[in-house]
Amino acid sequence: MSKPIDILVIDDEQVVGDAISLVCKAEGLNVDTAMDARTGLEKLERNTYRLIVCDIMLPEMNGFHILDALKRASVLTPLIMITGFSTMQNAVYSLKNGAIHFVPKPFTAEELESAIHRGLRYGELRRDNILPKGEEDLSKMPVRCPVEYYRLGNSSWVFIAENGSGLVGVTDLFVKTIAPIREVRYCGLDSEVTQGTACVKIASKDDLVHDVLSPLSGRIIETNNALLSNPEMLEKDPYFAAWLYRIIPTEVAHGLEQLTSCLGNH
Amino acid sequence: MVRQLPRKIGFKLIVVVGLTTIVTIGIYSYFNIKTQRENLLAEVARHAMQLSETVRNGTRYDMLLNQRERIHIIINDIGSDPAIGEVRVLNKEGAIIYSSRTESIGRMVDKRAEACYVCHAEDKPIEALPTSGRTRIFRLHPDSARMLGVINPIYSERSCWDASCHAHSKQQRVLGVLDVTISLADVEERIRSSAFEVGIFAVSTIFVASLIIGFFVNRWVGKPVGVLLNATKQVGSGNLSYTVPDLGEDDIGTLAQSFNTMTMKLSEARLQLFQSDKMASLGRLAAGIAHEINNPLTGVLTYSSFLLKRTEQNPDLHDDLKVVVRETIRSREIVKSLLDFARQSIPKKSLSDLTEIIQRSITVVEHQLSLKGLKIVSNLTPQLPKITLDPNQMQQVFVNLLLNAADAIENDPGTLTIDCRMLRLPPQGITQIKTARCPKGDDLVTSTFKIEGDPSIRVKVRRNGDTGFIMLDPVYGRNHHHFEVDTENVDTMEILCPDCNASLMAEAGRCVVCRGPLCVLAVPSQGEVEFCVKRTCGWQRWLFADSAGKKEHVEVRVADTGIGIPKEDLPRIFEPFFTTKGQKGTGLGLAVIWGIIDNHGGTISVESEVGVGTTFKIRLPLQ
Repeated sequence: MSKPIDILVIDDEQVVGDAISLVCKAEGLNVDTAMDARTGLEKLERNTYRLIVCDIMLPEMNGFHILDALKRASVLTPLIMITGFSTMQNAVYSLKNGAIHFVPKPFTAEELESAIHRGLRYGELRRDNILPKGEEDLSKMPVRCPVEYYRLGNSSWVFIAENGSGLVGVTDLFVKTIAPIREVRYCGLDSEVTQGTACVKIASKDDLVHDVLSPLSGRIIETNNALLSNPEMLEKDPYFAAWLYRIIPTEVAHGLEQLTSCLGNH
Repeated sequence: MVRQLPRKIGFKLIVVVGLTTIVTIGIYSYFNIKTQRENLLAEVARHAMQLSETVRNGTRYDMLLNQRERIHIIINDIGSDPAIGEVRVLNKEGAIIYSSRTESIGRMVDKRAEACYVCHAEDKPIEALPTSGRTRIFRLHPDSARMLGVINPIYSERSCWDASCHAHSKQQRVLGVLDVTISLADVEERIRSSAFEVGIFAVSTIFVASLIIGFFVNRWVGKPVGVLLNATKQVGSGNLSYTVPDLGEDDIGTLAQSFNTMTMKLSEARLQLFQSDKMASLGRLAAGIAHEINNPLTGVLTYSSFLLKRTEQNPDLHDDLKVVVRETIRSREIVKSLLDFARQSIPKKSLSDLTEIIQRSITVVEHQLSLKGLKIVSNLTPQLPKITLDPNQMQQVFVNLLLNAADAIENDPGTLTIDCRMLRLPPQGITQIKTARCPKGDDLVTSTFKIEGDPSIRVKVRRNGDTGFIMLDPVYGRNHHHFEVDTENVDTMEILCPDCNASLMAEAGRCVVCRGPLCVLAVPSQGEVEFCVKRTCGWQRWLFADSAGKKEHVEVRVADTGIGIPKEDLPRIFEPFFTTKGQKGTGLGLAVIWGIIDNHGGTISVESEVGVGTTFKIRLPLQ
């Protein structure tokens, strides 16, 4: 097996492949591309990659098929899903099935860079953490969220309080992929957020800006202003003191169905 | 009308109530007349008895004294009264001794005759006679008036056997009989006139009662039921906006109100269904567009934002690139909002001024067109009535049509004309079937074969063992049917549903023009349509369309002096993804326009000649 290539891009649009290559090469990463799922899977068999960037809408097989194939073949390479058909369902489904992030097209170079950065960090963390035997699923990375919490993939969590409001934050794993943190940026109070779309941006000290995808749909009623002056708190206590915002969720039952219960981690 | 009368509920009620009145009053009248007759006869009998008693008492003394001449005189005097038929005295042997009619004196009366039968039924005479048995009613001749006879036995007294004349023996108890007969002519006349009066009363009562009942049944039942029936027919033929007028507070009034509520709910449900269907297709369309547009946008945004970071040392370039990035992000938001719109927003139809919408559309494209050296000539009727439509969608239609027209003009400075006018149009050539069902409910409309761009109605024809199809034109009266089998000169054929082979032939009834077989299709919530399947005939009847009559339409025409559309392309231009612009177009513009116009209940048609120009004609119903 040859020397690991950093990134495999699977997208049927030439310009998208080119754009991702351009951004990655500027960061000193080498990139391989595939125009369809079959070629992509063949390349995955032949080579080792640190990260996969994959489109959902592909001719013949789609991005979800690739996720399935990776799971079956116990390939532990992290996968970032990108799509022009960015519906809430696609985002949530991707994250639930092992994609580590979901980036809707079109994206800026910065958005791509930060996602790729997180993906690579994620891969490194996975190598450091030895997974229990037989649990080769990417979505089974140890996330230390409290039992009553629900999480969207491995990135954000929600806790439904007794009064029905939902407290939202990010997982320790997500914090580890972006640390050290410099700044938290909120969108305004009273704004509506949709499950699987970005609502908070966290800037890291390496000048990257990371989107936090909301685990539930709802209206933001409170933000944790302590984080504005003391963003480092996120690194220390991401599940309690460093919550991000509080929402009045819409469609709690259906929304929670799409998430992973933290109960399974313990 | 007359044949339908027996089926009307009002008529039935009137008949039943009328018959009840006739029977009741008839029975009452019958017993009334019967009682009257019996009373009158009893009265006459009592009167005759009294008379008989009077005669017997009046002549008693003379009889005892054997004064025969005096008895004759008394009997004659009494018998001369015109109401009295005859007064006679019979002896024991039946011989008439005295009589008011002198000619019958001395005659023998047959003891078996009616008058004597009561006593002489058995040969031995009885001596006491009950009063009821003394009267009898008889006719002297079959054509004369009836008579009432009363017999009064004359009993023996002491002086009858011990007087000097010694006329009677001591053993004899009954010496003879006084027989008085009275004519019943007068009484019969009174009975007749009384029966006549009762009859007149009965008939007039029945007549007046029927009139009153008829009036109120018609007012309270017949008319409201007629109104309701008409309403159900209207609603049945698809006119869900029809409302029943106020029919009062009674049961039928309440029924009318609930009927109105029902049609309103039905109409809302239909609108909702229609809208969700529309939104679903719009959503698919928007999703397709979003996916297509997001890939090229990714290229632009990634490259420009990448360059932006690398040009911080070159402020001029940096600022320009900032604009590119900013505007691309804006495009991203527009596409996102388009998707959001398709997913959740409901098109808002409101009463709008079409002229204003057209003028706004012209303003939107004017600048772009003037760059190409094109002129727009608009001829708009300012006093168009307002139409219920979605102004944004309609503006999209006109903007797209104007831009299409501008694209069609290639070299010469050409002209675009847009005008609108009012039209009154018969249903022919406009009304179109969107769904047609066989008796088992299969949809016969197929998109695989289109007639002038519209999905056709496919039916199967079986004759002499072989089968084929006919594609019927879905537009009323256009008759551009497509025959895959010969239907001329064939008398026996079957018309069947292609899916389930259910017969589509009219059971009774043939084509009124050529006597050929008729194909009958059900159009949901509209009614039935009939087609003659002979190729040369083309007769058809769409009752729901005919009954709707002529309708007010607004016609908007967008014409250009461009390159025109080749004849072979014309039927396909409204199909999604059909484009003549190559890479420039998506092939969705006209499909979207067609959908919008269709959703507004209108039609869009095109006329074009290569090298001369193209005219799009949009017709929107006012109501």
